[in-house]
Amino acid sequence: MIEVKNLTKMYGRARGIEDLTFSVEQGEILGFLGPNGAGKTTTMRIITGYLAATSGTVRVAGYDVFEDPMETRRRIGYLPENPPLYREMTVRGYLHFVCEIKGIPKSRRAGHIARVVEACGLGPVYGRLIQNISRGFKQRVGLAQALLGDPDVLILDEPTVGLDPRQIIEIRELIRSLGGRHTIILSSHILPEVSMVCGRVVIINNGRLVAMDTPEGLGRRLRGSRCLAVRVRGPRDRVVAEVGALAGVRSVSVEGAEAGRSADTSHGADGEVLLSVETELSADVREALFFKMAERGWPILEMRFVDLSLEDVFLRLTTEEKLEDASEVAAGA
Amino acid sequence: MLKTWSIFKREVAAYFLSPIAYVMGAVFLVLSGYFFSILLFATRTASMQGTFGNMAVTFIFVAPVLTMRLLAEERKLGTDELLLTSPVTITSIVVGKYLASVFTYLVFLAVTLIYPAILRHYGSPDMGPIYSGYLGMLLFGAACLAAGTFASALTENQMVAGIVGFGILLLFWILGWASAAVTGPVGQAISMLSILKHFDDFQKGIIDLSHTLYYLSFMFVFLFLAVRTIDSRRWSA
Repeated sequence: MIEVKNLTKMYGRARGIEDLTFSVEQGEILGFLGPNGAGKTTTMRIITGYLAATSGTVRVAGYDVFEDPMETRRRIGYLPENPPLYREMTVRGYLHFVCEIKGIPKSRRAGHIARVVEACGLGPVYGRLIQNISRGFKQRVGLAQALLGDPDVLILDEPTVGLDPRQIIEIRELIRSLGGRHTIILSSHILPEVSMVCGRVVIINNGRLVAMDTPEGLGRRLRGSRCLAVRVRGPRDRVVAEVGALAGVRSVSVEGAEAGRSADTSHGADGEVLLSVETELSADVREALFFKMAERGWPILEMRFVDLSLEDVFLRLTTEEKLEDASEVAAGA
Repeated sequence: MLKTWSIFKREVAAYFLSPIAYVMGAVFLVLSGYFFSILLFATRTASMQGTFGNMAVTFIFVAPVLTMRLLAEERKLGTDELLLTSPVTITSIVVGKYLASVFTYLVFLAVTLIYPAILRHYGSPDMGPIYSGYLGMLLFGAACLAAGTFASALTENQMVAGIVGFGILLLFWILGWASAAVTGPVGQAISMLSILKHFDDFQKGIIDLSHTLYYLSFMFVFLFLAVRTIDSRRWSA
């Protein structure tokens, strides 16, 4: 539904985002995770056509956002970071205005607005001036605005920011219920939030794509374990078995290409094995691994931690919302 | 077209829901009324010639304040993200907003119709120059508002938009004095650009196509620049 290819945006000489590539399937909810200033908003603004990219392409429902902006805009509902509300209008007047500029035929407007108002729980403030309603309601009016016109794609930039915990839960529920019918990209700097709502997560940092995975996969990679890349010269199966037996090691896998090459070694000498060793977060197995390999006479050619940048991102992300809040919210939801 | 109408309606409502239309209307009408009555007492002729000229100069100060909000505020409050990501062209947005300011101006002008009514009641004015004068006021005012709209597209700061708009109009006003300072065809060519010079014939009762075309091109150029300014911002920030 959404295809982003080699997207780069430069602000003068400063880099906004660099070489982003990802795609979102029909009906999927994609989480866009990254610290503030990572380039989430920039990416979303390019997808919606508010900004032009320096290079790269974005296609929505097969239309290029630069070539056919009107076609893509008709299919996108966008909630910017600050809901774009006219303070002097009533909620009713505002939603009617949005219907008009989105070109929803007059005959369909009343019923359509009624449905969206119902879905977003705006009944109690429908007739009130936007400047007089609470932050939570403003956010929901913003969401209602994005939903008008039943767009195939919803782009939601930090939809829960600035809300109280109960409102956060409600908005998350609402977004989750919209998945399937709508293709959604949702940005957040809160890890538990995206893992609750999204089917897949893209992490960006400093304008670059750091990781793309399911929340479960990311959680495993981020929370419980550390990953060590080790290159050893030795018999593959025995190395794997020995490393796997070390205390603190969760799993050992052999990286594909290296595994193939080591199998070729027919003249007695052992090949190189590149292992990906997943360990407990608390355990440091490097010394134990060194002595074990030394004991067997298999030289370690290389050993390093991988995914350091991911951990870095994770640390910054988790400072925003403590894990206990997350479990509280999860229990509430 | 339909969307221009929606933008226009919302903008007119915004004008009359905020104090700006009332305050600027009051300023414009008090000054116009003052000029009208003073000139009437001084000359004792049933004519609006001097009044129109003074109203035009007054509007040079009023127009930038009327338009400074138009596009600058959208950017400041982030509502431009709604408009620019909706299936609406930038031209529709700019024209809709511009026409709303022109409409507000027309409401002011409509109130001043009381002056010719007074003249008609107590005397027998020559109505020709009054009709052409109002046509001139309409064209002149619409041109000023176009320049103000352009200024509002430049920045997210309303104050800056107002000052820049005023600066542009002031420049086009004082260009008319160039013929006095610079002699020969150069001075004449420069004073041809003056926004007030072209107004003179209208209040004398002459409707000249060249003056009309001047104001129409003035509007077109500044609205075009406003559209280009907003469009080009997608590349910068």
